[in-house]
Order: sequence, then structure tokens, then C-alpha cells
Amino acid sequence: MSAVPMVKAEAVHKSYGAAHILRGIDLEVAPREVFCLVGPSGSGKSTFLRCINHLEKINGGRLSVDGQLVGYRQKGDKLYELKDKEVAAQRRDIGMVFQRFNLFPHMTALENVMEAPVQVKGEAKAVARERAARLLDRVGLGDRTGNYPSQLSGGQQQRVAIARALAMEPKLMLFDEPTSALDPELVGEVLDVMRGLADEGMTMIVVTHEMGFAREVGDALVFMDGGVVVESGHPREVLTNPQHDRTKAFLSKVL
Amino acid sequence: MTNPVDKTEGPTGPSATSPPPAAIKAIPVRHYGRWVSAVVVFALLAMVVYAFSQGDINYTAIPDYFFDPSILEGVRNTLWLTVASMVLGVVLGAILAVMRLSKNPVTSSVAWGYIWFFRGTPVYVQLLLWFNLGLVFPYINLGFYRDEWADFMTPFMAALLGLGLNEAAYMSEIVRAGIQSVDEGQTEAAHALGMSHGKTLRRVVLPQAMRVVVPPTGNEVINMLKTTSLVVVVQYFDLLRAGQNIAQTSGATVEMLFLVAVWYLILTTVLSIGQFYLERRYARGSTRNLPPTPWQKVRANLISLRRPEVAK
Ligand SMILES: Nc1ncnc2c1ncn2[C@@H]1O[C@H](COP(=O)(O)OP(=O)(O)OP(=O)(O)O)[C@@H](O)[C@H]1O
Ligand SMILES: [Mg+2]
Repeated sequence: MSAVPMVKAEAVHKSYGAAHILRGIDLEVAPREVFCLVGPSGSGKSTFLRCINHLEKINGGRLSVDGQLVGYRQKGDKLYELKDKEVAAQRRDIGMVFQRFNLFPHMTALENVMEAPVQVKGEAKAVARERAARLLDRVGLGDRTGNYPSQLSGGQQQRVAIARALAMEPKLMLFDEPTSALDPELVGEVLDVMRGLADEGMTMIVVTHEMGFAREVGDALVFMDGGVVVESGHPREVLTNPQHDRTKAFLSKVL
Repeated sequence: MTNPVDKTEGPTGPSATSPPPAAIKAIPVRHYGRWVSAVVVFALLAMVVYAFSQGDINYTAIPDYFFDPSILEGVRNTLWLTVASMVLGVVLGAILAVMRLSKNPVTSSVAWGYIWFFRGTPVYVQLLLWFNLGLVFPYINLGFYRDEWADFMTPFMAALLGLGLNEAAYMSEIVRAGIQSVDEGQTEAAHALGMSHGKTLRRVVLPQAMRVVVPPTGNEVINMLKTTSLVVVVQYFDLLRAGQNIAQTSGATVEMLFLVAVWYLILTTVLSIGQFYLERRYARGSTRNLPPTPWQKVRANLISLRRPEVAK
């Protein structure tokens, strides 16, 4: 393992008004690691994921990606907020896949995947198109490049969304329950794509209820509840031999 | 529909072989009310027609002047003013909508104040205001542009500013509704890809807002076309003005108003047809089945008239 963790969270706090959602999260994600985040609904998993690419601002603690503070610059012992442009630049290296896909409905699959490289990196269209076609091929949608999202199944849409994130060549991928909006028979095709990514050494943080995936593919697993990390360890250990009562109670419901 | 013949395995139900029921012969309800109201409506209509035929109206003046060069110039000017005011209204309205939704309290309150003023005062008053501002401002000085007010504020400029700035207030509310109709997940996805606020707005949010924005904008265009008739008050030579000029010289006041009304009807009808097709186009992707065009309706009716014979 390399010296710099891909993600490092130290006592991360987040509240919405009076609601204290994250109450001091400490964790480290190593490069090339598949890091699974599980926990009951409302425990703050999505919130934490959104803090990592600064879709939400944290109220306390420190959060860094690849050694860089998220959303701030440190000079001496003072923190300076980053400008919108700098925040956008940080986000380029972090791909995110949403529960509800959030594909751009007015663009075809190919255009969805091309959009960010062309608009954000200023890449030539021909180059972006070629890469987009290759990525769609890789997620098994080489024959669907001209389809609009409304003409694709949920599983296909989610695979396009993964290709769209990969087009920016991120060093970290965030997955927020990527399969929980899918019909059961479509879950497998998305998990297969994610498994392929893991095999190639992509660093991934995966919020999921798919314990089978966590056990097979995950390198680390964290159980969150009430805005804190309750238990962490290797997925097989935590899932088969949980130490805390809350973990046991949760696992007995989902397994 | 006839019963399928193949369903004969096992003991059949009574329905499989029973003959079709006899057609019902009943005496239909008489709708006397409908007859009475039809008669009343016809009578009223006849009275109106009679009244107009008795009036001292020189109907031939209408076709005589219908394509008069000055009328045609008025039509052109009315159309040009409609287009120019709408363009100003849409562009400024979109900017105001974005300002209104911005997190910066100064920009959003400026937009709010603008909308408050321009929606809260009659457009007629606004037109007069622009036209008469020269009474208090002898010069205009925009830094890069300096001129005498009277040279700058031509009738066209007064009309354009009066109508366009007023329209911007209404358009901004339409665009705002459109922007707010776009799912927040779209903005998040764009931001997560590293797109800036501006790029997100231009590439992701506004194109999707169009579906909500286009239909009411069509209404605004039609409204604008009619509202332009108010610019007579700032001396702009529009369709109504052209008609009035002829009326003054020829004395055919009412005839020219008829003529102008017919021209407005033609223009609004054409615009309504255009709006129908535009809305249909923007409904794509949101509905599976587009509403039929009038032509398709006619064809469908013809086919359904023929169908009974075809089926047998
Ligand atoms: N923008 C917001 N404003 C106020 N409260 C919020 C906001 N976003 C999330 N919350 C609250 O934060 C808490 C944690 O939400 P979060 O979405 O992180 O949970 P989660 O662990 O992802 O749950 P789930 O499994 O249901 O997705 C919830 O109680 C939610 O109501
Ligand atoms: Mg969640």
C-alpha cells in the first residue's frame, strides 16, 4: 500500500441546520481498494459520499482525497475556501454514480459519455467520441450508443452512467447504492461492470446493500449508524462475525 | 368482433355458441333544451348580422385597402416589433430568472425588484414613460454611447424598450418555472463530472427547461403581437397606425378597424398553428404518443368511417 491514502477522513462532521448527520467519521481508503459502506437508512452514507466530492460542505474535521484537502486550501494554520472553479477541478478526478442514474435525458448514451471530456477538459470531439464508444462497448452497450436514456432499461442506464464517470479517467469512483433502483434481474449486469473495474485496480467507495458483492469484491467494509463508524474490517470478517450489537441487528435484517 | 372459433375443447359455456344479442330498439331521449338554445343563438346571430348590414358601412373599402402599401408596411413593422421585443424579453428574462435563483442576495433582490416594477405597472404607462423621459433627460450617456435623447429614443426604441422590458419580467417567471422543473439530480451529476455552474446551466439545465418554457412562450408571442397595437401612443408606425392613417384621409374609420382586425386575426392564427407544431416537437421524449396533427385527425376519421366495411 502506498503512503498517501486515496481518501482520508478525520473527525468529519456535517449538519443540516440543527440536524447533526455525520458525528465524527474517521476512515482511510487505500489506493486500488474497494471500500464498502453499509448501514441502515438515514445513517449518513450518502451524505458522507457527497462530502468526498464536495457536493456537501463539511462543518468540522478534515477530509482529503489523494493528499489534497477537499474544498479548502491550507496556508499556515488557516483554511481558505476554494473557488468554484477549483472545486470543479477537484471533482474531475472523482467519478460518481448515483442511485437514480441521473443521465442527461436530452442526450444520447454516446453524448452523455462525451459531454464532460469535451466541455470540461476541452477535448476534441473526435477523440471524446472514440473513447465514449470504447467505454460503452466495455460496459456492454456498444450497440446502444445512439439511444436516449428513456429508451434504455435501468441496468443499461446505470452502465451508461458508469461509462460517463469513467470518461473523465477518475482516480476514485464513488457509488451510491448503484443497484438499489434496479429490478433484481438487472442488478447482476451492473455489479459485473463494477467487478471488472475493481479487477483493474480502480479505487472505489461503494455504498451498497449487496452483501454478496461486498464479501466477494470488497477489500474493506465499514458499518455506519447514526453518523458514526460503528465497526470496520475485512468484509468477510465483519459480515460473518460482527462484534457490535448494532451491526448484528442490521446484518440479521439484510442477510 | 366475432367469437374465436377454436375454443371448442371440453364442455363449452353458453356464450361460445349463442347468437349475438338483438340490437336494442329504444326511443331516444328528446333534447328539447338543445333545440331551444339553438334557436335563441341563431336569432341573436341574425340580429347582429342584420344590425351590421343596416349600418352605414362601406364594406368594399376593406378589400380595396387590404394590400395597400402602407398597410403592408404596418404589418411588416408590427411583425418586426413583435420579434424584436420578444427576443429582448426572452434574453433578458432568462438572465433575470438565473439572477432570481442565484444564491447571491443582491442579484436575486435586484431581479425581484425588476419583476415587481415591470409586472406591477401597466405596459401602456411604461411606453409613455420611455417616450417622455426626454423631457427630463436631454442627453443619454452610457459611457460608450452618447447622444441627444430625442435622437436615441426613436418611436421604435421607445416601443421596443416599453414592450421588451415589460415582457422580460413575464418571461423571467416562465424561465424560472422551467429551470425549477429540472430535477436536482441533473445539476448534481453535472457538478460531479466537474462542470462549472455556467456550463451546467447552459448544457444541462436550460435545454431540459425548454419543454416547460416553450408552450407559454408561444402564448406570450401571440399576446405580444396584439399588445404592439399600443405603440400607436409612441408614434410608431404599426398596423393599427397604418389603418388609422387611411381612416383619417378616407373617412372610413370603422372599415379600417375591421381591416386591421382581420389582419391581426390572420397573424395570430398563423402563430397559433406554429405554436401547435412547436409544442408537439418539444413534447418529444416526455410523452410516448404525440397528439395528432389536424391532418392526422382528418385521416383517422376517414379511415374509421371506412372501417366497418373493411372489417367484414
Ligand atoms: N439536504 C438535506 N437537508 C436536511 N437533511 C438532510 C439533507 N440530506 C440528507 N438529510 C438527512 O440526513 C440524514 C442522512 O441522510 P443520508 O442520505 O446520508 O442517509 P443514507 O445513509 O444514505 O440513507 P439511505 O440508505 O436511505 O440512502 C437523513 O436523516 C436525511 O433526512
Ligand atoms: Mg443514501
